[in-house]
Amino acid sequence: MEYFFELLLSGLTRGSIYALIALGYTMVYGIIQLINFAHGEVYMIGAFTALIVASILTMLGWNEIAILFIASVVAVVYSMAYGYTLEKVAYKPLRHAPRLSALISAIGMSLFLQNYVLLAQTSDFMPFPSLIPDLEILEPIAHLITTPEIAIILTTAIVMVLLTFMIKFTRVGKAMRATSQDREMAMLVGVDVNRVISITFIVGSATAALGGVLIASHVGQINFYIGFIAGIKAFVAAVLGGIGSMPGAVLGSLVLGCAEAFFTGFVSSDYEDVFAFIILVVILIFRPAGILGRSDISKV
Amino acid sequence: MLELKNIKTFYGNIQALKDVSIEISEGEIITLIGANGAGKSTTLMSICGIVPPRSGEILFMGKPIQDMAPNNIVSLGICQVPEGRRIFPFLTVAENLDMGAFLRKDKDEIKRDIEYIYELFPILAERRNQAGGTLSGGEQQMLAISRALMAKPRLLLMDEPSLGLAPLIVKQIFEIIKKINTENKTTIFLVEQNANMALKVAHRGYVMETGRVSMSDTAANLLANDEVRKAYLGI
Ligand SMILES: Nc1ncnc2c1ncn2[C@@H]1O[C@H](COP(=O)(O)OP(=O)(O)OP(=O)(O)O)[C@@H](O)[C@H]1O
Ligand SMILES: [Mg+2]
Repeated sequence: MEYFFELLLSGLTRGSIYALIALGYTMVYGIIQLINFAHGEVYMIGAFTALIVASILTMLGWNEIAILFIASVVAVVYSMAYGYTLEKVAYKPLRHAPRLSALISAIGMSLFLQNYVLLAQTSDFMPFPSLIPDLEILEPIAHLITTPEIAIILTTAIVMVLLTFMIKFTRVGKAMRATSQDREMAMLVGVDVNRVISITFIVGSATAALGGVLIASHVGQINFYIGFIAGIKAFVAAVLGGIGSMPGAVLGSLVLGCAEAFFTGFVSSDYEDVFAFIILVVILIFRPAGILGRSDISKV
Repeated sequence: MLELKNIKTFYGNIQALKDVSIEISEGEIITLIGANGAGKSTTLMSICGIVPPRSGEILFMGKPIQDMAPNNIVSLGICQVPEGRRIFPFLTVAENLDMGAFLRKDKDEIKRDIEYIYELFPILAERRNQAGGTLSGGEQQMLAISRALMAKPRLLLMDEPSLGLAPLIVKQIFEIIKKINTENKTTIFLVEQNANMALKVAHRGYVMETGRVSMSDTAANLLANDEVRKAYLGI
């Protein structure tokens, strides 16, 4: 039973990270019907930015919490700039082109960013300092869940609440929902759709980068390829939940995270990464619209 | 107030508007009638900047607007009730109305205007927390008109507001159009298939044929015109 809980909690941790990335996929899809394949790279760049900042601050002798905070903020801001630029450079010029063109552009950007980091940072795994200290009060349950895992789950929960609030109640959130439901009509009521699209990319990049920092600090190493694997899995999670739906992305991520954890825990860890794809194929066959498919809930 | 000067609009290589000139003065109700595919909706979308004309000029209050972004055109006070209503299906009725007031900052007035709308259309008040997509066609049309009114337009463009509605509701919609024009002093540009009703409520009218204006006159003259009667009134 204890083993079960341990797996469940580690699954939720994984799922939380997927959720932070999957949100970006699903929001962008909701607004411009594009699978932003370069999204995983933004997450990876977030992790690298944090690594650089953390290394510098560690040399300067700062304490862990301050480093964690500043590294996260810098990574998030830097990734936002990446997301914004990515959209302007790679997608906006193709807004009226066939959808396949934008998709190819997305794959191109993904390869470009991976290789750019590969050249700049080599392909070796680099150690990432563990920035989230173990809290002593949590010692008694440490065999079930560690402090970093709790931090990841909590951070994700807070991000979800804030995002939900933004989408539901703020002006820009309403504009996002309106744009995703009928872009032309949104223009006709005065929404600056280009701005809404930019904001969507910026917000999605911010949460992905946050995920990148958290998981890097938890796992302890990163390389240029982490964005690809995590990106694909988050994409599977978004499809599983129902692409375009934000609650769906979170639910799909948690389900995928737990399924993976149980699969590795009870069956085998050899096929861990393949497992996500098996799930993807199964959903596409039996429930193409995902768990919270489009008809019964609103997009974005 | 609004002047279209020789506008030509394309969808890719297809030319939808060949040479359209229309003039609308403040306070008027102007109607544009024509067969399917004549280019009526395209004319409205050109005015709103959704499908900007490739050549020609659109002047609003004397200023050219043909190169402006749609959101900036809305902020000048030009609003459209598009063909097919285009309600945001997953936003509630109240949220749809909020979207209509998207560019307004006067919160208290917005609240008052919403109350006014709910008085005008009690059914919308009843359904205020229901998703827009679940309303009936007539209710959606009322919501679409209300959403446009929430922007406090100076010029209201309406694309076939009577399409697909029962005769009783059509009558109600035309009464509202008249009311908006007389009470709020809103200038109205009305595209209609229902030429009979449209010409009865309008001051002047334009007839459009395959991307060109083929006739323009006072509404009364058009109603009496033999060609118009034959082609658009079915008499
Ligand atoms: N998005 C589009 N892409 C290509 N062609 C279009 C598009 N929209 C309209 N057209 C073409 O432009 C012409 C004018 O269309 P428009 O919708 O303006 O006609 P309309 O007068 O509003 O007709 P209706 O009374 O049926 O609404 C038509 O020939 C139509 O096929
Ligand atoms: Mg039309």
